[in-house]
Amino acid sequence: MKNTIAERVKDFLKKYPPFNVLPREPLFDTAKNVEIHYFEKDQIIFDQNDEPHKHFYIVYEGAVRLYRFGEDVKHTVDICDEGDLFGLRPLIMKENYLMGAAANEETILYGIPIEDFNHIILNYPKVSQFLIASFATNTRDPFTDKHKGKLFANISAIKKVENTFSETQSVKYTKNPVTCNSDLQVKEAAIIMTEKVIDSIIITENNLPIGIITDKDIRTKIGTGVNKITDSVSEIMSTPVETFKENLSIAEAQIERLKHKVSHLIITEDGTNKTKVVGIITDHDLNTSHGNNPMFLMKEIKNAKDAETLKYVRTKATNLTKAYLEQEIPIYFVTKVITEINNAITKKAIRLSIKEIGSKPPVKFSWLAVGSQGRQEQLLKTDQDNALVFDNVPKEKYPEVKAYFLELATKVTEKLNIVGYEYCPANIMASNTKWCLSCKEWKEQFKDWIKNPIAEKILLSIIFFDFEFIYGDKELHETLSKRVFKYIESKQIFLGFLSKATLENPAPLGFFKQFLVEEDGENKDHFDIKSRALRPLVDAARIFSLYHGIHENNTIARYERLMEVEPQNKEIFESCANAFKILLQFRTLQGIANNDSGKYVDINNLSKSDRLKLKSCFKPIKNIQDSLKLRFNVSKLT
Amino acid sequence: MFSFFKKKKYPEFWNTYVSKVENCQKYSTFENIRFVALDTETTGFDFNNDRVLSIGAVAVQANKIIVSDYFEIYIEQEVFNKETVKIHGIRRNGTETKLSEKEALIQFLEYLDDAVILAHHTSFDVGMINMALERQGLGSLISKSVDTNYIHKKMVSDSNFGKIYSLDELSEIYNVKTHDRHTASGDALITAQLFLKLLGKYRKNYALNLNDLINSHYPFS
Repeated sequence: MKNTIAERVKDFLKKYPPFNVLPREPLFDTAKNVEIHYFEKDQIIFDQNDEPHKHFYIVYEGAVRLYRFGEDVKHTVDICDEGDLFGLRPLIMKENYLMGAAANEETILYGIPIEDFNHIILNYPKVSQFLIASFATNTRDPFTDKHKGKLFANISAIKKVENTFSETQSVKYTKNPVTCNSDLQVKEAAIIMTEKVIDSIIITENNLPIGIITDKDIRTKIGTGVNKITDSVSEIMSTPVETFKENLSIAEAQIERLKHKVSHLIITEDGTNKTKVVGIITDHDLNTSHGNNPMFLMKEIKNAKDAETLKYVRTKATNLTKAYLEQEIPIYFVTKVITEINNAITKKAIRLSIKEIGSKPPVKFSWLAVGSQGRQEQLLKTDQDNALVFDNVPKEKYPEVKAYFLELATKVTEKLNIVGYEYCPANIMASNTKWCLSCKEWKEQFKDWIKNPIAEKILLSIIFFDFEFIYGDKELHETLSKRVFKYIESKQIFLGFLSKATLENPAPLGFFKQFLVEEDGENKDHFDIKSRALRPLVDAARIFSLYHGIHENNTIARYERLMEVEPQNKEIFESCANAFKILLQFRTLQGIANNDSGKYVDINNLSKSDRLKLKSCFKPIKNIQDSLKLRFNVSKLT
Repeated sequence: MFSFFKKKKYPEFWNTYVSKVENCQKYSTFENIRFVALDTETTGFDFNNDRVLSIGAVAVQANKIIVSDYFEIYIEQEVFNKETVKIHGIRRNGTETKLSEKEALIQFLEYLDDAVILAHHTSFDVGMINMALERQGLGSLISKSVDTNYIHKKMVSDSNFGKIYSLDELSEIYNVKTHDRHTASGDALITAQLFLKLLGKYRKNYALNLNDLINSHYPFS
């Protein structure tokens, strides 16, 4: 069959090395198997440390920038334009990408399968010579004078990358820390600490650690008069001490500190308190280490100058989530840390976008997170859910102001997409003209939803009433929030409709207490943990909170507040909060294991104990749904 | 005695095509859908009197144009319109290997398989192919189809519903290089590239699912 398209691909390839040295036939065979890719500006083609694709690339149109993170700083290594080849070496070496690649402008790439090309490398010495020379000289085309960049990272650079990839990097701790005997007076110890500018001192006996005092002990025990300044240090020291081995990774050190609620970790020769002290890890040591700790990630976000860096940080945050969960750090704490990071990334994306537009926002505005982001329960990378409210403006100014914020929102959502937050499939994003409104318009919108609670509007109110302030003017957010409670107060039947909607999704136990699983489609025999177990709990918490005017979005926080407001129902709310924590942890671990949103759980792959654990969460769902039914007279609604 | 109600007897290749489309499970997951970007060159624009001269096509799947999954055939002509030769350059006795209309259709249906048809002004290309199918005593295509013209219009939410964008106009708007314009394969490739660019924009505002793309044909829905 005649193949005009492959002919055109071939005509293009033959203009550029190494294809220019190939005879017609192998070149045409290569052209026949090309895949054509399209990337929008700033879209990422592959990330540093990604597994190699099955294709390497040649730029057909546009330009691609290659970048690399070293010491957590992003370096643009090179810009490839028409006819330049990239992403080949990792495929030949069978190793992960040493550099990331992103479209520097709108770009079309030809992807060439490495499988075909291996054959060509073997059979055409001119091609392999070209490649060896370019790998060795670090230039894209060693046969011309165009030594404009370093296409292939050299060996020392590879090693450096490994070292800076830091989750597993060990903490640089302070060696030979200051110690003292247990009979020393507190005053003496304080003098030593002041002289050496340290915030802790280890108490030893025969060189073995028995306790530690920190600035905090002096403040809480001496400063308050509980102990005297002339007491011995043994009176106020924390004892016994937690001790650790050398080579503790940064992630581990962070986790240990959280687990034991201590600020200092003591390192001994073999990790037990029966051997000599060799060092101490302080806050300072951890914060100056390059790594995966939240504080450091926040700093990186602050310094980020583009979406790629934000994506890099977000990937590290995912690893952090994983480490936290593996170490069984309480889920509530984990969600807080990850939410902070998510929010910081969004804020940065907004700042970068404003800068890109080049003019300041015309009026006050507030960027809102809605849905699970608004509830601060997003542990995995999931969809974007956001909205924007801007200050009321006179009619004649409205179009101009709205256009500004739509442009801003589009830029922000594009950036968030690059970072790894998918576009919302239901288009609940500030870039949608429906969800980028003035304060007045939002109030009307909310009023309409509450007054006319048809199915579609209930769905929207569920998403939007969990809105959280992220960036901009806090007052706008508060005005809206107060207004929602006011409307609901005047129309309590609305809560009945919300209850009715959530009750359509009953507690997930079928006959004989079996799991209700999906009956058909792709997810057959999978349990939809998100809709069947988490959502009923989220919904119930929302309804009760709206009822009591509780200004909280997070489900766990809501239940905790409800326990205070309705002490007579403390037990039921508490069981819901616990069930929610377990389910959320389940979902997150599933998601991390399968690299997806964790929505579905494969029941057949669960251990017996996990099944029981899951099932134990269903009872509270049933109970809270029963109370909704009674409280809001659902049976009377038609 | 029921022979009166018996379905019309179609040849095996047609039944295979129909059952493949009807039993296709891929449409719900966008990444799995195979789109076939196609273009036909014809002797003219009259469904009854003009004929398909050639069909060119290339597959698009998971946001990539798969060059190896291509189709390009030329059809023997009884009808000949020398006016359009200037446009498509296919002469009655040109050098391309030509197939009979029937053989061309057999090969085309086998290639098309359960794919979704993607074209610019799809109704014209599908209409011309349907006329050929009818001449061979077969039914009309049952493949789902999408149209770059309508996808574009959905996004620009053009107040002027009547406006029809030509392939050249869209190529200009979306900055697609136009090589081999007016060859079936060349136009199919341009349409495929346009589609990738359109999807890039489209997915920012809409969830990517097939039904919505198909429904973009009806701007009022």
